[in-house]
Amino acid sequence: MTSYLTLSGVNKQYGAFTALDHVDLDVEKGEFVTFLGPSGSGKTTTLMIIAGFEDATDGAVEVAGQSLAGLAPQDRNIGIVFQNYALFPHKTAAENVYFPLQMRSVKRAEGLARAEEMLTLVGLEGFGHRYPKELSGGQQQRVALARALVFEPDLLLLDEPLGALDKNLREQMQIEIKRIQRKLGVTTIFVTHDQSEAMSMSDRIVVFDKGNIQQAGRPLDIYHRPQTRFVADFIGETNLFDATVTDAAARRAQSPVLGEVSYAAEGLPALADGQEVALVLRPEQMKLSRDPVPGRMNAAMTVETIVNFGDSALVIGRHGGTPIRVRLHGADVVILKEGDAATVSWTEDAVYVVTR
Amino acid sequence: MSTAPRSLTDRPTLWPWLLLTPLALYLAIFFLVPLAQVAWMSVSEPTPGFGNYADALTGTLFRKVMLNTFFTAALVAFCCLLVGYPLAWLMTKTTPARATAILLLITMSFWTSFLVRTYAWMVLLGRNGPVAWAIEALGYGEPPQMLFTRFASTLAMVHILAPYMIMNIYSVMTKIDPALIRSAESMGARGGSLMRHVYLPLTAPGIANGAVLVFVICLGFYVTPVLLGSPREQMAAGLIGRQIEEFLAFGPGSAMAMILLAVTLVILAVYHRRFGLDRLYG
Repeated sequence: MTSYLTLSGVNKQYGAFTALDHVDLDVEKGEFVTFLGPSGSGKTTTLMIIAGFEDATDGAVEVAGQSLAGLAPQDRNIGIVFQNYALFPHKTAAENVYFPLQMRSVKRAEGLARAEEMLTLVGLEGFGHRYPKELSGGQQQRVALARALVFEPDLLLLDEPLGALDKNLREQMQIEIKRIQRKLGVTTIFVTHDQSEAMSMSDRIVVFDKGNIQQAGRPLDIYHRPQTRFVADFIGETNLFDATVTDAAARRAQSPVLGEVSYAAEGLPALADGQEVALVLRPEQMKLSRDPVPGRMNAAMTVETIVNFGDSALVIGRHGGTPIRVRLHGADVVILKEGDAATVSWTEDAVYVVTR
Repeated sequence: MSTAPRSLTDRPTLWPWLLLTPLALYLAIFFLVPLAQVAWMSVSEPTPGFGNYADALTGTLFRKVMLNTFFTAALVAFCCLLVGYPLAWLMTKTTPARATAILLLITMSFWTSFLVRTYAWMVLLGRNGPVAWAIEALGYGEPPQMLFTRFASTLAMVHILAPYMIMNIYSVMTKIDPALIRSAESMGARGGSLMRHVYLPLTAPGIANGAVLVFVICLGFYVTPVLLGSPREQMAAGLIGRQIEEFLAFGPGSAMAMILLAVTLVILAVYHRRFGLDRLYG
């Protein structure tokens, strides 16, 4: 596939501070890509450079082979949904959606008809005459989405659009945005710091930290095959154990907490004997039992805290000074109590390695 | 049968009213009582009845002066808007340090007594003032009559009242979410269309507030139009002042004052009902 949106060597300096450090990225047409990272990681800066509100210090942005250099935001044909929706309070929902068409000299009657069509697509049929303050947060969100899409933009940018919604509504909107994006096939960049949002919506996730792309890949690859310690730590719940590679050829490492450990073979960085690494073990891939389980790798721990979520429970234990987090099905946790000595066990394909 | 909690529930409801009494007393003695006196005089001097009102409302002079007052107030409000809007906009666009400097200049002028500012205009616009001198020095010949014209009084009133307009517009402008502007730009709005469709409507509450405030204050302006304006274009307060000071016509003067007050209250009430703009945009 050819790249539709291309960032090459995009750099952004604020004085001595590097907000973006030579970022390269290819996005295919119709792809839903999420920029994920903590605040200040460079994800929003990248979005603003694509939108044209910030100028890159260096590097190039291209859409469909055309450079965006020197183009004002007005001339980029990019739809944006802002964090707080940025709906015009003095215009009705339909007038809001008509606005980008109005700016493109579409006649009022035709424009309002197209706005109504778009409002129907986002599930707001018959709400066109309402003012934003007469709409709920989720409805405002839909209006903002309709407004960003009605002029058939080349790109759709979403800047943490779900942050202000409560949990149920957020999940509903995740599904809605995804449905609409698929239906229209618009190339979409979604910015969030919420990793579960990124997981559930994206074709591809780009993880940002400190102005760098840490990793770009499909959600499950990012989750199961993190390339850096930051990604392993940031995405999902993780146990990270310091270890030293003892035999790179046989994929064995020595960890003060887990002891002698074998690790998975797939997609690993090149490792050398004696290299300092971190072992990644997801809490849901570990099990707890009273005694060591034959056929699995085992380590001892003392149960410290049990957090019940109903459908599951998080057991936080300790081995020496190191915390170990294990996620169990809700029903499995009843035999445990805080202060118990237990054995945590796992299989070698659950162990992944990141360099330190 | 419980008695104990009474004082606990009573105290918080009583206290705020107690705190209000000094101000309430002050207003009662120095505002409401004199106002009542004026109201009483308007129906009792020289003879009891509503004759003063009938005379004022049917007389051509009072009607002419009232119309002129409204026209002047509207003109001043409009000029304040023309001067104030770009300045307020500049304050939101420039660096915070410069915005503070501009704000300081405005408030300094605002804090100066309006009597002083009125006299300053008399000096500036007088026959031997710097403006007349500059006109002559630049070779435009004999300077026109500036003092004691509508131009002079309007100019001075705009100067005195512009801060109200600027503050109102500025406070609304600073509260505009920058994302709204960016959002409009991303959809293709720029320059004039951005101003007309987005920025102007968003600042409309500030314009309405400022305009009503300037208009209403201007309705009651006395010293400035009397000292700077044309005697042929009197404003209501000046006319009332003359009734009382020169003709000792307390009854007719009071009736005119009550009519002016009533009109002002009606305008404020209509504004309150009609332009609940703050609430609309909140």
